[in-house]
Amino acid sequence: MADVEQRRRERIDRGIKVRTEGIYALMSSRELAYLLVPRLILIVGLLLFPLVIPSLYWQRVISIVCIYALLALSFDFLAHYVGLVSLGGAFFVGIGGYIAAFLNTTWGIPFILTIPIATIVGAAICTLCLLPCLPLRGVYFAIVSLMYPLFASRLIEALDILGGTDGIMGVASFPNRWVEQYTLIGLLLLFLFGIRRLVNMDIGLVLRGVKDNDQAIRASGINITHYKAAAVFIAASMGCLGGACLVHIYMWSGLSQFALDFSIIPIAATVIGGAGTLVGPVLGCLILVPVSELLRDFGTLRIVFYSLILVLVIVFRSEGLMVYGQRKYHQFERWTSL
Amino acid sequence: MTADPILKLEHVTKTFGGIQALDDVSFEIAEGEIFGIIGPNGSGKTTIVNCVTGFIKLTSGAIYFRGQRISGKPAHKIADMGVTRTFQIMRPYFSLSAYKNLVIPLFSPRAKRTGGWRGGGKLGDRNTVSIDILEEIGFERDSFVPYKMASTLPTGYLKRLELARCLALKPEVIICDEIFSGLSPSEIASMVPLIERLKMDGITLIMIEHRLRELFQVADRVMVLNFGRKLMEGSAAEAMANPEVREAYFGSREVEEVMSHA
Repeated sequence: MADVEQRRRERIDRGIKVRTEGIYALMSSRELAYLLVPRLILIVGLLLFPLVIPSLYWQRVISIVCIYALLALSFDFLAHYVGLVSLGGAFFVGIGGYIAAFLNTTWGIPFILTIPIATIVGAAICTLCLLPCLPLRGVYFAIVSLMYPLFASRLIEALDILGGTDGIMGVASFPNRWVEQYTLIGLLLLFLFGIRRLVNMDIGLVLRGVKDNDQAIRASGINITHYKAAAVFIAASMGCLGGACLVHIYMWSGLSQFALDFSIIPIAATVIGGAGTLVGPVLGCLILVPVSELLRDFGTLRIVFYSLILVLVIVFRSEGLMVYGQRKYHQFERWTSL
Repeated sequence: MTADPILKLEHVTKTFGGIQALDDVSFEIAEGEIFGIIGPNGSGKTTIVNCVTGFIKLTSGAIYFRGQRISGKPAHKIADMGVTRTFQIMRPYFSLSAYKNLVIPLFSPRAKRTGGWRGGGKLGDRNTVSIDILEEIGFERDSFVPYKMASTLPTGYLKRLELARCLALKPEVIICDEIFSGLSPSEIASMVPLIERLKMDGITLIMIEHRLRELFQVADRVMVLNFGRKLMEGSAAEAMANPEVREAYFGSREVEEVMSHA
């Protein structure tokens, strides 16, 4: 008994973690595996999903998960690396979706072109719209960015443009489900690893500096508005890409593209998955979106269960699954005697 | 005073609501000198820094850098011209290590043009340049210090980091907002040679200070502010001898007491 009291548990960072802050110095194939295995699990796991899931219904869910994951990634990037808490996810999706639907139905442009055009043109439009709000920070930016999806859908409704309340129907679908799912999974992985690379590059440091301390950035002769605008463009392009894919999946673009789900669920996923980890929000979507589908049977009670899950995560794992997981993975615990 | 001042303030006035922070302040600074600005709390010292560097707009008056009007330009443009500042409350990027803190200013257009402090035109690898600057400013190269998180650095290093952030731009003017405050006498003693070296490099320094003894050691000229007005401008000895300055600092009664003790 006395012995037990003399000991304590200590947590130690694994050697590789200590050495890899910045530069990678691999000592053995075991360390290589230590770094590669989690990434491979994610990549291979995502790529296997369409093959192993049999039901048509759940296959569709995979695509939706990917779209939400893109949005969550965009939210996490803006909020935790640039300091702009954006509730404009629905605006990004709506703009991207309507552009793709319009191009496809009016001029018959195939999806292979509508998606990239909607991504870039949509992101440019979203960036221009948000440009006046860029000096705002924190919750003020959040409030203004939430206004945009509401504004856009009312505008379409009131002016009866772009199909009005009926939306734009008859959008061409993806040729088959394999193209649909692998396009989305591929793009998600591309953006996930791309953004991770970006935030660790020198330009990423500038963006993080904007979040930490924008005064010092200005004092360094750097125009913060340029960098904020560039970050919004990147984030908006992910949202517009998701929206463009969504209209080709549903073969329809309507006002529900501006639904606040697209703004809120990515935030919930970021909370559950772990803010600031980038991969966490993707994981959060992988959990939340299917759960939300499962709960569909409960009708309106769905939102109760949904909230319950969120509350439990916030109370017991407020840091998020991925932050917790990464810490456990990079540390080992042992008993030491005092 | 030489014919071409590097920095010239003309009738600078700044009001915040009803408060007159700066009232018709004019002065000129010659290239390469160390110019001290002193004054009691709330006399408008930091407001001058903010006005010159474009962080706040003037109510009236004008500021010229090498004959070019800079008042009205945004802060990043003024920094880009080479007029840099440190912050009184140190503002490093806390979540980044010391040398990564410098990678950010090295990313600026000016650093790209000039190559950073001592840089000859082309900017090398930012991480290397950053460590070089840190070493010159007193971060031991072979220690862990340059790699430590800014949030864990002691005040003395953070003050140096503030200076280093300016140096990364290869500045022409550095405005130091209370660079000595919060430092121990021995830390200040080690900062003084650094300041003198910057002067030898041809950098014009404006030093806002409370620590008069240390400031008078390095400053070529000083200006005294009180309630936003310029009391006097001249050498350190002149400032100390000036009765108005004594009164501003100590109050009239205390001055009499001090004088009677002397």
